[in-house]
Amino acid sequence: MTAANLYIPYQMRIDKVTEEAPGVKTFRLGFVNKDDEGRFSFKAGQFGEYSVYGEGESTFCIASPPTRKGYIECTFRQMGRVTTALADRDEGDIVGFRGPYGNIFPIDEWAGKNLLFIAGGIALPPMRCVIWNCLDLRDRYQDVTIIYGARTVADLVYKHELAEWENRSDVKLFTTVDPGGQTPDWKGKVGFVPTILEQVAPSSVNTIAIVCGPPIMIKLTMPVLAKLGFKPEAIYTTLENRMKCGVGKCGRCNVGKVYVCKDGPVFTLAQLNQLPPEY
Amino acid sequence: MNESKIILKKSLGEWFNMMTAGGYRVVGPVGQDGQIDFEPVTSPDAVRFDHVQTNNSGKWVMFPRYEAMMRFRLSGKEVQAGEIPPQAPPTVLFGAHPCDAASLATLNAVFTWDSSDAYFEPKLANTTIIGLSCTKGDSYCFCTSVGGGPGDTRGSDVLLTPLDGEKFLAEILTEKGKSVVGLAPQLFSAADGTSKEAALAKIPARFNHRDVTAKLPSLFPKEDVWKEQSLRCLGCGACAYVCPTCSCFDIQDERDRYTGVRIRCWDSCGFGLFTLHASNHNPRHKQSERWRQRVMHKFSYQPERLNVLGCVGCGRCSRSCPVDMNLGEHVAALAEIKV
Repeated sequence: MTAANLYIPYQMRIDKVTEEAPGVKTFRLGFVNKDDEGRFSFKAGQFGEYSVYGEGESTFCIASPPTRKGYIECTFRQMGRVTTALADRDEGDIVGFRGPYGNIFPIDEWAGKNLLFIAGGIALPPMRCVIWNCLDLRDRYQDVTIIYGARTVADLVYKHELAEWENRSDVKLFTTVDPGGQTPDWKGKVGFVPTILEQVAPSSVNTIAIVCGPPIMIKLTMPVLAKLGFKPEAIYTTLENRMKCGVGKCGRCNVGKVYVCKDGPVFTLAQLNQLPPEY
Repeated sequence: MNESKIILKKSLGEWFNMMTAGGYRVVGPVGQDGQIDFEPVTSPDAVRFDHVQTNNSGKWVMFPRYEAMMRFRLSGKEVQAGEIPPQAPPTVLFGAHPCDAASLATLNAVFTWDSSDAYFEPKLANTTIIGLSCTKGDSYCFCTSVGGGPGDTRGSDVLLTPLDGEKFLAEILTEKGKSVVGLAPQLFSAADGTSKEAALAKIPARFNHRDVTAKLPSLFPKEDVWKEQSLRCLGCGACAYVCPTCSCFDIQDERDRYTGVRIRCWDSCGFGLFTLHASNHNPRHKQSERWRQRVMHKFSYQPERLNVLGCVGCGRCSRSCPVDMNLGEHVAALAEIKV
């Protein structure tokens, strides 16, 4: 990307490919041009446009934390033309990246608070960035609780990291799968994320809740958080509106007077309550 | 600045020749009745003056329908990718009516409000607008409802007003305008205080756009209103393609086996695919929601966010609508609703 033409991506080399779940992969990307790497910085919550040349661009969050330097990671599910082409790339192949775009999780403002992360399915990646960011700065926060659910055991992403969080004494992790999605040796919970949240019933006192998931999970989780006493200002989420340019011009992520790519993707529930329900 | 002169209609051909000789590409309204559009002018005699409105706007001069941004050479997974540098040939856009000239402020706001756009900005900077006042309108025109008018000077570098069949009043409005007039100063004579007002079309105002902007947020939840207005909408997107202010775009890669390009091309919020997620979730699932977005974006969101109105009242969307939806009428109807 040149300063003059923001539509031209950085050249990125795929340094590592991790199979996360059926159809879901994580790419670790390094800058081909060291000057680009030197210029680049981002914060938790931001996203980018990842491209396979000749196939197109797709929008994903940056799934690695800014505290891990020298690379960025993205996690994606193979769905359409671009993600299918992306899934077909191997270590050493070159892809494009434009970004970072969008606003950030205000993790500095959260210092001294408890953090409650609630994620469903393929929505853990945007949260993984902020989870690791906060764990890398662990002293700044009080209790860290993570509730993560997926349809089946196979669909849980970042299985190694889930095991790592499970073993940490300074993280409370609850993993769950939808009823029927468990395997005989599954040791986690069985039930939908909002149900598990109600069982775990974390305190809302001095706590920030960060929620990412499919629209139906978000919809059913919000009333539980309200019942637990969370104020709309203390609940954060990221919107996933379709995007093309990423810089507030192409018009497609427009919701009310907001551009999700510029004013988001991170919003509090209080902010969402002011928007038309078009996300 | 704002100096007025007179130029004879028979002198325009010579002026065009001087522009071409001066390195400008001249784009103006040309074509047959019913198919008049802004195209490069090959012969001054081909330029049309008798139409109410061209079918398409001249926005493509600044924002082409299809523009390649990158070029790829592909060999299996080996790719060489390169930028296609923005092209911005010096251009005179001749004969843009005041509505089209006013639309440049909206386009400029969208493309520059937060970051610069390497493809749009140089084209706008290198384009000189020679506007043409309207001496006639039709029932689709509503420029006077959205802050414009048949002799509005906004956006024009020179504004020509036909005074009779033989001569034009030329208002020279900007430095760019001065430059193109300066290519052939001998063609311009003193205006001696001639006024354009008597020559202008009378376009009645249908609504007050400030009232509409103030009222729209409270109309958003009235789903029956939006549904009734858009029941016959086909979602064809013609309104967006002919619109001088519509600027939503798509970015796509096109390729064959060995080569490819990354392009950006016009798009429309009227298409269901515009907002469709990979998961099949669609934030604007119904056509009525997409119609509401079109109206809200132009008359509420853009004024609030970018301080520009997203409509100039040219009426093209309504003239080209295959099911005869009429933006001017629909917005006037919204203005009448009690909230």
